[in-house]
Amino acid sequence: MIEVENLEVAFGKGDDRKQVVKSVSFKVAKGETLGIVGESGCGKSTVLRSLAGLDRHWTGRIALAGQDVAKERTKQQFELAQMVFQDPYGSIHPRHRIERVLAELLRAMQRGEGWDRVVPALERVGLPAAFAERFPHELSGGQRQRVAIARALMLAPQILLLDEPTSALDVSVQAEVLNLLSDLREEQQLTYVLVSHDLSVIAHMCDRVLVMKEGVFVDELTPEAFRGGEITQAYSKTLFEASFL
Amino acid sequence: MPSVTCWIRAMSAPDQTILSVSKLSSAVCAKPVLAVRDVSFELGAERLGIVGESGSGKSTVGRAIMRLLPNSARVEAERLDFEGAPLLDLNEGRMRKLRGHKMALIMQDPRYSLNPVLSVGKQVAEAAKLHLGSGKREAYAAAAAMLERVRIADVERTMRLYPHQISGGMGQRVMIAMMLLAKPAVVIADEPTSALDVSVRGDVLKLLDELVTENNSGPVLISHDIRMVAAFCQRIPVMYKGHVVESLTRLEDASHPYTKGLIAAMPDPRHPAKRLQVLDRKAIDAAEARP
Repeated sequence: MIEVENLEVAFGKGDDRKQVVKSVSFKVAKGETLGIVGESGCGKSTVLRSLAGLDRHWTGRIALAGQDVAKERTKQQFELAQMVFQDPYGSIHPRHRIERVLAELLRAMQRGEGWDRVVPALERVGLPAAFAERFPHELSGGQRQRVAIARALMLAPQILLLDEPTSALDVSVQAEVLNLLSDLREEQQLTYVLVSHDLSVIAHMCDRVLVMKEGVFVDELTPEAFRGGEITQAYSKTLFEASFL
Repeated sequence: MPSVTCWIRAMSAPDQTILSVSKLSSAVCAKPVLAVRDVSFELGAERLGIVGESGSGKSTVGRAIMRLLPNSARVEAERLDFEGAPLLDLNEGRMRKLRGHKMALIMQDPRYSLNPVLSVGKQVAEAAKLHLGSGKREAYAAAAAMLERVRIADVERTMRLYPHQISGGMGQRVMIAMMLLAKPAVVIADEPTSALDVSVRGDVLKLLDELVTENNSGPVLISHDIRMVAAFCQRIPVMYKGHVVESLTRLEDASHPYTKGLIAAMPDPRHPAKRLQVLDRKAIDAAEARP
């Protein structure tokens, strides 16, 4: 579903040039969930932003659903992959009602007004239809993150890119949101790329985990490795131990 | 050994909040809402860790002790003593002398809680000037020593930087340095690590642990992460809807459905499950209703 070859991202020019992602390659099969774990600043979110088409600084090859994408995407290509951001307080327009937040995507893609699609979208993520008329500040953090997920699903993408979707949430709400994501993945055969610094969240959700450090992948882990605690690579081990303080 | 006895009953007055919550049922506004009710604990040699979800009132407890709640909030306590003297009777001037000097509050996110327009060195030195009565040069020396103590590399350079130029982990160390410089008797840490990466969380907690042991302070850790609190604290009051449902010493002893739910909600890759357990709020409320 996703193929990435020699992806490199650098910001700045001349002496200030900083290579954030250094030639990474990976593939994600349809229906699979890939996790990328690492400390802040390791480049994991940048990989995700390049996949989503938000950053255009990258070089290399990215293919979504068997189709190579350029830095400038067409509408169809944008519809393939949608993103859910970390902070539900910052990622939803504070002065728009939820219905407008959700319908806006369809209008932007010239697929009609979209008002009729709002209620089903809310129900899909387990929110009551009455929430359509609310403003973001009238919702809790977990509810907002559900809205962000509903928004990402509005265009029926095949790929969902999740950037720390539960880091801003309490553990009890985190469990609800992670369950919702698992259910949606099953219902709609979605492919996920999940980025987080919390190995316990990643290990719970993912079929395969890549450990990223300073712009490169240093290790690949499987759920079996977590279960048995068989983690040999030194950096992965420190991350694993830090998650179970 | 510092000892705080606290028995808090806080109410938020309705008059200021009517506008923002107009869509909620009016009963909430018509009656004062008890954000915290009948919370009692003693802080002494034991490390205290208050656990609960957001909205459970755990931060309100911390702020009520520091007397930092807005004027619209009412705080009532049968006893709220700090080193033997009732805190609620102190006037604002006396309270200001206590805050930061004898009682410190470490806040969640260094990006918002540090002053963005003062350099790191100046902010930390300010604590020394205010609470230790040092002169400018002394204060800077104390700040430098304290920043070194919280393991900041290249102190000279860091002191000239502004909060936006340092990382989150470093910011939280600066915050800890600033708060613990005056060697306070009570240290309230309100979610000190939630904004940080898992990998630096351990370091920051260890540092906090070291410093409170060294200063012989009584730490209160407030967090939603029950596993982390259990690793750091000896006594763990669990808060739900403003009151303490049980007070644990070990996680294994949890008996209340809320506490059990909180523990089960954490993903654990060593024991993978297809779905995570979510809180069964009906069962919790039923357990609450029983006398």
